Amino acid sequence: MAKLTLVQSINRALAEEMKRDPNVILLGEDIGKDGGVFRATDGLLEQFGEDRVVDTPLSESALVGAAIGMAAYGLIPVIEIQFMGFIYAAMEQLVSHASRLRNRSRGRYACPIVIRTPYGGGIHAPEHHSESTEAYFIHTPGLRVVVPATPSDAYGLLIASIRDPDPVLFLEPARIYRAIKEEVSQTDPVPLGRARVVTLGTDVTLIAWGSMLHPTLAAASELQERGIQAEVLDLRTLSPLDTPALLESVRKTGRAVVVHEAPRTGGFGAEIVARINEEALLSLEAPVERVTGFDTPIPLPRQENYYLPNKSRILEATLKVLEF
Amino acid sequence: MAKEIVQSFQVEFLQILDEGGRCDEDLLASLGEKEIRGFYEWMVLIRTFDEKALNLQRAGRLGTYASVRGQEAVQVGCGLALSKIDWFFPAFREPGISMIRGIPMKMIYQYWAGDERGGAIPEGINDFPTAIPVGTHIPHAVGAAWAAKHRKDPIAVLVSFGDGATSKGDFHEGMNFAGVFRLPIVFLCQNNRWAISVPLSRQTASATLAQKAIAYGFNGIQVDGNDVFSVHYAVAQALEHARAGGGPTFIECLTYRLGDHTTADDATRYRSAQELDQWREKDPLKRLEEYLERKEIGGESFQEKTRESARQRVSQAVEEFETTSDADPLDLFRYLFSNPTPELLAQMDALRKELKDRPPGR
Repeated sequence: MAKLTLVQSINRALAEEMKRDPNVILLGEDIGKDGGVFRATDGLLEQFGEDRVVDTPLSESALVGAAIGMAAYGLIPVIEIQFMGFIYAAMEQLVSHASRLRNRSRGRYACPIVIRTPYGGGIHAPEHHSESTEAYFIHTPGLRVVVPATPSDAYGLLIASIRDPDPVLFLEPARIYRAIKEEVSQTDPVPLGRARVVTLGTDVTLIAWGSMLHPTLAAASELQERGIQAEVLDLRTLSPLDTPALLESVRKTGRAVVVHEAPRTGGFGAEIVARINEEALLSLEAPVERVTGFDTPIPLPRQENYYLPNKSRILEATLKVLEF
Repeated sequence: MAKEIVQSFQVEFLQILDEGGRCDEDLLASLGEKEIRGFYEWMVLIRTFDEKALNLQRAGRLGTYASVRGQEAVQVGCGLALSKIDWFFPAFREPGISMIRGIPMKMIYQYWAGDERGGAIPEGINDFPTAIPVGTHIPHAVGAAWAAKHRKDPIAVLVSFGDGATSKGDFHEGMNFAGVFRLPIVFLCQNNRWAISVPLSRQTASATLAQKAIAYGFNGIQVDGNDVFSVHYAVAQALEHARAGGGPTFIECLTYRLGDHTTADDATRYRSAQELDQWREKDPLKRLEEYLERKEIGGESFQEKTRESARQRVSQAVEEFETTSDADPLDLFRYLFSNPTPELLAQMDALRKELKDRPPGR
């Protein structure tokens, strides 16, 4: 079996879903001949033709807005927004319409669209190309927010997102598009709303998603060398959150650290801490720590490494929780 | 090489029945007396529905409502030109078009009374619910037209909005998509000259709104929006053009909002009584009545009978609306996703318990 990168497994999932269901249609900027700026749609134009792999005008709001009308009509549009930093032009369509259509029409119209967009720093890109602002969208009722961290999950979660009857924001960790390769034996969808225990442990729970999973795993492996068994949880779906998986792990370990690269204040880590406190406070041996980006815009590439959480920050926070 | 003109454009204005009663009978030729009577009956019904809505609001029986008074010709001309298989995307001042499309008046009252069931478009009617954020529904209509073209369905899509919407990005982005992909869509602008208190002159420096279509590669025309015949003619032609694969059309209907923006507005703060009086003279209903009288269409008692029948239908709708029991509060959670998330189910349970202990409204 061939080893795939994360971006290749996305390409494969798109191709297979398009083959399975003629209603699936891809829309975006530069996704045709160019195959997408990260090549996620490479070769799909040749395979499926320009009626199903459509290069659109440079127009994020109309892209998402048109997808809403298409979806109501019966198609399944999968949109690529080139970078998360460019999604804000479509914010009104996502927040006021895509997420509300089923509810405001009392179920008459569904909105099965997928909005794929690369997110996050560490790719040495210009300004506005490294955003990680998932919290805006998690805060929006009616949207699902999915973030794969491995090629297998990228494949299975994308399949599940395309088949989901409601709108899904699918955040692709640009930093690890090509950083890891693995055999993707996954053929089934990975159900949305389920976290994955990546490493089992008993001493502390480390909670991460997307590209932050990897420095978190590196920290866990270093802890293991010191005799500390960290359980690493990859949330995979941020909305809806797999609260039972979170609580089960924290009840076992009594300690937890949440890692995300988004800014700290109002970040999703706060929600995770709140849920732990609401349901598992008496299991806790220490306050839950957060390792996050700063409350500043993500800096330009020369300084982004100061901003992004890394292995040593995760280790430091974990030791603090363990030594409390 | 000297300068030369590489492109030049013209914008047509269409008027079939003018304010003085002069009528272009050739353009009217396809309409029979029965159809013309139908135009009148719908216009009266919409006016009656609208007046009743304002009364209900004043009596505290309806929430904020956006009156359509003065724009009945656009509503009827457009509504009757659409065919059942077409799709329609309203903004928030199209109760008339919605009624013609088959949406029960009761539901329109429900929506403006704050009952979400008013947005539950019945099966078989290809309409979207009301879109409050101005112009944001334009891309939805574009998407539906795109999907129809993708599936080779011989239908057209019509999206309606006001002059204010032409300042929004979604209007321009949607028009651009429609032009690029040559979609089967009609953009219907009800230019009623006021976006709440901001006059047309503050929305645009263009001489017409119709000309904006030219920049997107398709035709834009201006019609007398207080002449139901003009609107019907232009919309029917544009829909046919769209269904036949000819692409989009933009129709600017020149009309006037005789009422306030909504019941929460007071238009005397920003526009003159003189201007209002001038437009009252151009009332679309009055113009059609004069035509009917001149042509002796429907006989003497036709107008009065029509008004009486409209009053009865509206009373019945109000009765249905007011005797509908309240929606189940737990519906809050039922329609957001195809399957409610665990969090939603937990929140639903919490509300269910609360309702058991403490009946609603206490």
